[in-house]
Amino acid sequence: MYSQIFRLWMLVALLWVPFLAFAAADLEINTPAIGSLKMTMQQRHDQLAGHYASGAVGLTRDGLIAMRDAALVPLAQRQAVNGLVAAENQDRRALYREIARANGHPEWEEEIRTTFAQRWVQKAASGWWYQNQSGAWVRK
Amino acid sequence: MRTLPMAMAVLLAATVSSCVTINIYFPAAAAEKAADKIIDEVWQLKKQGDAPAPAKPDEQK
Repeated sequence: MYSQIFRLWMLVALLWVPFLAFAAADLEINTPAIGSLKMTMQQRHDQLAGHYASGAVGLTRDGLIAMRDAALVPLAQRQAVNGLVAAENQDRRALYREIARANGHPEWEEEIRTTFAQRWVQKAASGWWYQNQSGAWVRK
Repeated sequence: MRTLPMAMAVLLAATVSSCVTINIYFPAAAAEKAADKIIDEVWQLKKQGDAPAPAKPDEQK
């Protein structure tokens, strides 16, 4: 009798296993904060794309972007591009922090940033510049 | 006769502890997947046909 109840209980417990595994498989990225960061970054990308392609702006190894060669930007635009880079970096930092927080692990922020750093480079178009592990600029 | 419940108890303990483990350690594969999804949206790399559909049904997980 005891062992039958025990077995039934075990069966019920095991039925939860696939659900738990599924819940652990994805990171939460559908929060309002992450959504609005994505949207502003997407809009800003239209202005930044040309500068990635020209090589003026590059992807850094810490998951941000930087002015790589200001001489490639006409003097009149330089300040505006610096502003774009600063705004983008602020959003990227906020994005990494928000993802970590949305998943209940603020301490994951640095690992999320490292993951993004690799994925940005992986998905960059050829011709764009990025920093390798030692910090040197490389053209993709 | 008591070996089956014992075996199941051990299995359950192992399962539960592995779930806890997943939540404590950084889920690298899940993070990569999340990063890819966000980058695709920010850089608009995945074109879902030609229809201008900002809300993609497969994004609602």
